[in-house]
Amino acid sequence: MRRDIYQAIADPTRRAILTLLTVGALTPNAIAGHFGSSRQAVSKHIQILAECGAVDQTHSGREIYYQLNIDRMKEIDHWMEAFRKLWETRFNQLDEVLLTMKKNKK
Amino acid sequence: MKNSLLFDFTIDKSTNTVFVTREFEADQSLVWDAFTKQEILDQWWAPKPWTSKTRHMNFETGGRRVYAMCSPAGEEFWSVQKYTAISPKENFKQISLFTDKDENVNSDMPGSEWNLDFSEAEGITTVSISIKHKTLATLEQMIKMGFKEGFTMTLNYLDQLLTDLKK
Repeated sequence: MRRDIYQAIADPTRRAILTLLTVGALTPNAIAGHFGSSRQAVSKHIQILAECGAVDQTHSGREIYYQLNIDRMKEIDHWMEAFRKLWETRFNQLDEVLLTMKKNKK
Repeated sequence: MKNSLLFDFTIDKSTNTVFVTREFEADQSLVWDAFTKQEILDQWWAPKPWTSKTRHMNFETGGRRVYAMCSPAGEEFWSVQKYTAISPKENFKQISLFTDKDENVNSDMPGSEWNLDFSEAEGITTVSISIKHKTLATLEQMIKMGFKEGFTMTLNYLDQLLTDLKK
């Protein structure tokens, strides 16, 4: 199944993992240490995050570290910004309309 | 016009709900009219140079607004808003659905549940809107239901709006 960035943030555990990684790269063990769920469950979420492109792997000696893929996460910000701007524009237009309505009332 | 009018926009990813709050320098009944009368709505709903064209609007519980967002090139994107509850001047709720021009609901596009609250203090009216995407109960489900395509389409459409606005 094809995965995308929206699937990465669809689950609360995965959002928590992403939040953890904003501080810095972590090993799977270090990530799992923050959660009550089993290591396998956390590991499955990390795998999904990697498939979504939300996190990247780096190897350091025998350890694997996961870090946020900032560019992929920015895709989400991009559409939010577009949506925010639509509402901002819409409401600025409404300000003008209200001003005209007030004048006409007087 | 005051520059200090509040504008707040947040998205709760866990519930797929968008929250928009805005203050207006007008009394509550005026702002209410701007949201509930078609001839006023059409003046501001579409970001220029797009236009909003309401074909039918029956603002009462169980009623609906059928309207299109029209691009400068003449494309029309039709939607229907069904009013599910109205408390005059204070609140209304609606379900918003994408349709074709004959009001056939596009089952691939997600519908959304809207709640709009109006309140006034010292001549400033605050409008708080929440938009919950009901088919987005989980994003995974949404992708399975073909949401992604619809969503991307909506975003491309928004991008287009913004590009046009910059011209």
